[in-house]
Amino acid sequence: MTNSINYNSSCTAINDFVVRFANTNGTGSASANNMFAKSILRMGIPVSAKNIFPSNIQGMPTWYEVRINENNFLARRGGQSELVVAMNAQSIKEDITSVKSGGFLLYDSSKQLIQEYIRNDIEYLGIPISAICQKEYTDPRQRQLFKNVIYVGALAAFLNIEFEVLKSLVADQFKGKEKLITPNIYALELGYQYANHHFSCPLSIKVERRDLIKNRIMVDGNTATGLGAVYGGATVVGWYPITPSTSVIEKFASYCDRLRIDPASGKKNYALVQAEDELAAIGIAIGAGWNGARAFTATSGPGISLMSEFLGLAYFAEIPMVLVNVQRAGPSTGMPTRTQQSDVLACAYASHGDTKQILLFPESPCECFEFAALAFDLADQLQTPVIIMSDLDLGMNDHLTDEFMWDDKKEYNLGKVLSAKQLDDIERYGRYLDSDNDGICYRTLPGTHPDKGSFFTRGTSRDEYAVYTEKSEDYVKNMKRLEKKFATASNIVPKPEINQTKPLAKTGLIFFGTSSHAINEAQSQLQEQGLTVDTLRVKAFPFHQSIEQFIEKHNNVFIIEQNRDAQMKSLLSNELSIDPNKLLSIANCDGLPLTSHYIVDGILSQLSEQLSSKQAG
Amino acid sequence: MSFEKSKFHHPRLAVNDLGLTYRDYEGSLSTLCAGCGHDAISSAVVQACYELSIEPHKVAKMSGIGCSSKSPTYFLNKAHGFNSVHGRMPSVATGANLANRDLTYIGMSGDGDSASIGMGQFAHVVRRQLDMLYMVANNGVYGLTKGQLAATSDKGAKNKAGEQSLFTDIDLCVMALQLGATFVARSFSGDKKQLVPLIKAALSHQGFAFIDIVSPCVTFNNQPTSTRSYDYVHEHVTTAAIADYVPVKKEITSEVADGESEDICLHDGSLMRIHKLDKKYQTTDAMQAIVDIERHKKQGEILTGLFYLEPTCSHFHEMNNTNDTPLNKLNQDALCPGSRVLTGINNSFR
Ligand SMILES: Cc1ncc(C[n+]2csc(CCOP(=O)(O)OP(=O)(O)O)c2C)c(N)n1
Ligand code: SF4
Ligand SMILES: [Mg+2]
Repeated sequence: MTNSINYNSSCTAINDFVVRFANTNGTGSASANNMFAKSILRMGIPVSAKNIFPSNIQGMPTWYEVRINENNFLARRGGQSELVVAMNAQSIKEDITSVKSGGFLLYDSSKQLIQEYIRNDIEYLGIPISAICQKEYTDPRQRQLFKNVIYVGALAAFLNIEFEVLKSLVADQFKGKEKLITPNIYALELGYQYANHHFSCPLSIKVERRDLIKNRIMVDGNTATGLGAVYGGATVVGWYPITPSTSVIEKFASYCDRLRIDPASGKKNYALVQAEDELAAIGIAIGAGWNGARAFTATSGPGISLMSEFLGLAYFAEIPMVLVNVQRAGPSTGMPTRTQQSDVLACAYASHGDTKQILLFPESPCECFEFAALAFDLADQLQTPVIIMSDLDLGMNDHLTDEFMWDDKKEYNLGKVLSAKQLDDIERYGRYLDSDNDGICYRTLPGTHPDKGSFFTRGTSRDEYAVYTEKSEDYVKNMKRLEKKFATASNIVPKPEINQTKPLAKTGLIFFGTSSHAINEAQSQLQEQGLTVDTLRVKAFPFHQSIEQFIEKHNNVFIIEQNRDAQMKSLLSNELSIDPNKLLSIANCDGLPLTSHYIVDGILSQLSEQLSSKQAG
Repeated sequence: MSFEKSKFHHPRLAVNDLGLTYRDYEGSLSTLCAGCGHDAISSAVVQACYELSIEPHKVAKMSGIGCSSKSPTYFLNKAHGFNSVHGRMPSVATGANLANRDLTYIGMSGDGDSASIGMGQFAHVVRRQLDMLYMVANNGVYGLTKGQLAATSDKGAKNKAGEQSLFTDIDLCVMALQLGATFVARSFSGDKKQLVPLIKAALSHQGFAFIDIVSPCVTFNNQPTSTRSYDYVHEHVTTAAIADYVPVKKEITSEVADGESEDICLHDGSLMRIHKLDKKYQTTDAMQAIVDIERHKKQGEILTGLFYLEPTCSHFHEMNNTNDTPLNKLNQDALCPGSRVLTGINNSFR
């Protein structure tokens, strides 16, 4: 039996479509939606999931967009969706418009849809979810929570998801709370059976089992960063809550709670302080770094502004520490729950005076893990802050990513720190003596030696022996050495990832962080238009020399990024000896993860403009 | 500039339990103005550390920005120091202390540094009960920026430029008491007899110890109209109680004989001897201490001495349950869970 209207032009797709969930903040939909995304993963099909949520705790509309794509095109696709699950009466009008022509709307048919919203180019999958819950449950909380589980069950029928997969997910999710397994599976069944009985299932969009996941996992970047900090040996953390960075700390704390308890005494091998503000948060990390512990803090835009003075001190006083910046859009009353890459310049040149900071740009959770651990080595090696430039999309959304890897043979690189014995062998210790000619000097930790190696840490008003001075020559010499250290850093930080055709393409793309998610798809769309491009993914600042060469060797280089002012383009122009006119900009600042269409449209229109102006000229 | 002092040691200089002389605790030559109260604080720190036989290199000297915050250069040359940023010493000291709980932390701040720009950090380090000695060299002005009024200046007091303090003063001792500090005292840089024992007691205290030290700025705030001038303080000071530290094995002879004494036993069996100059004074009642401080202030007097002591308190590491081994001494084996654990974690994301 079926009550859906059938159209000849229904969307048809296997393993290539988008499902958009429209929910209300605070109704427990997140875990059900996550279960849906994970079921696709367990069917062996590449999938991505993006939360679009307001800066609010309860009652506002939120969306969750799941893209299923067996070609691994997993960036936000943009545009309308093949299937919309409309569970929020508040946003239903907008949600109906967000369905692709020929697509499907799954809605709660306990109440009738408002007639004027109805489009006749889509199919309606009405399930009386509230009515079912009303009948099945008495507890109001259960009535709400199981609504979400019921639509996931129905989706399994509509989209051909193996029911066994859902059952295994429920069993995993409620490990340790076994009492909850049966009622959840029952709710899944309610939806599944209803859909099967009332509609012809599966729909013309559906999934088919594949084996395309291999060793990949699905996890958010903040979890990976927190875990990376545990593996990297971080012991001291100061922090102040701010979306979207908070979960970095929460995950670090929960992993430490499991993995960092001294087995003999039951005491903590870490210390975490929720500070009074971001100034204190970074001050704590700097104090600990000065004293030889691996320390970090995590924040976002407004916090970066507050930390700026301390970043300057740490740069000049050469204190190792790690700062995680999960970037977001605008100020506190901007769009704090939307993503951006808009702190590039604020971080690269953070603070007063001539300062340059080390930046790492992870593109995936796997790289968040790797770079978080690496950042502590780099900070110790280079004796300076290292800033991990994540963003809200990377940090808070689940991404399909390579599994985390750790080499047990690899030892922490603690940099140049002198022991008591080494100090004994030195005639006169000088904290800022560049004995290796790489700009990196030897430091000592408090309490190391009874008579040697102590010094008073200050900004720049000191000579090579850390003795107070305000002589201009000493200042200049020190600043030149710091410049040399930064040059040394450019060969130590992760090198860019370059993909070039042979012979080289005329056009190159440079991008970093999450902007890389849309590149494979953009490249294939450009290829369809007959345009081959070479690509370079920046992984760190200071820039490696190969970036300059890449720009030199291409006629046009598009810098793709997620901010208004083309900040990476400015940074490249400023730092490299290149012809800035070669650089073209694709910059998106709408707060939503970048799509391939935005890139492709931008490239094609700029190239054709160039062409026509040449012809005109 | 700082200058190296002569390293010449008189062969018969007295030595302490570690075999170190007073000179082993000195710092570089001071570059502060001659007569600056801060220098007297530095020498009191030198004497206290020498007498307590603290290993100088096991001390970390933490400071913010100001003339007062420069002072750590002028004591304990063998200790590392950190002249951080204005008003933020408490957070840097917190991080340092979390990293290595085995060192002794001496924080040196000014009234601008702690009562204005760093007020938030001051309040929160008290709350955190960091195990440290926190000193404020209180001169009622910003010395380093040439004499602007500080928030600790008494209402109505004038600085050298004739500027009058219009607003209510902030009393950092009252704040510390209210926020739960477990050792709170006030002293005067010119009264070494009182200051040295207080510093010794504070260093022996396991927990957060705060001493507000009235320390006249001879250049910008020593005119007779200033309530932070040498003359005013000498004439208007009243002392409640002072403490001394009696190691387990030694009996000390007290210099301050008048009033009553009371011994308080510390964690390790050593004693804190409280000399009460006012027989009725209790060092165990924070609320009463606040009342006493305010009452004396109303009479134009500066109450000094030990206001409050909670001998058996817990500090941050005890509350946090941190490993006894300093965190900066833990090796990779203790810190890194390794690849086997990672396999399990990876599986939870499939
Ligand atoms: C962020 C910042 N703002 C202002 C200053 C300038 N400044 C340096 S010292 C100081 C006041 C110091 O006063 P206080 O803490 O009382 O120390 P004193 O010199 O009186 O001992 C100020 C405002 C600074 N260094 N940093
Ligand atoms: S200006 Fe005042 S506080 Fe600064 S050194 Fe001179 S006397 Fe001391
Ligand atoms: Mg002052």
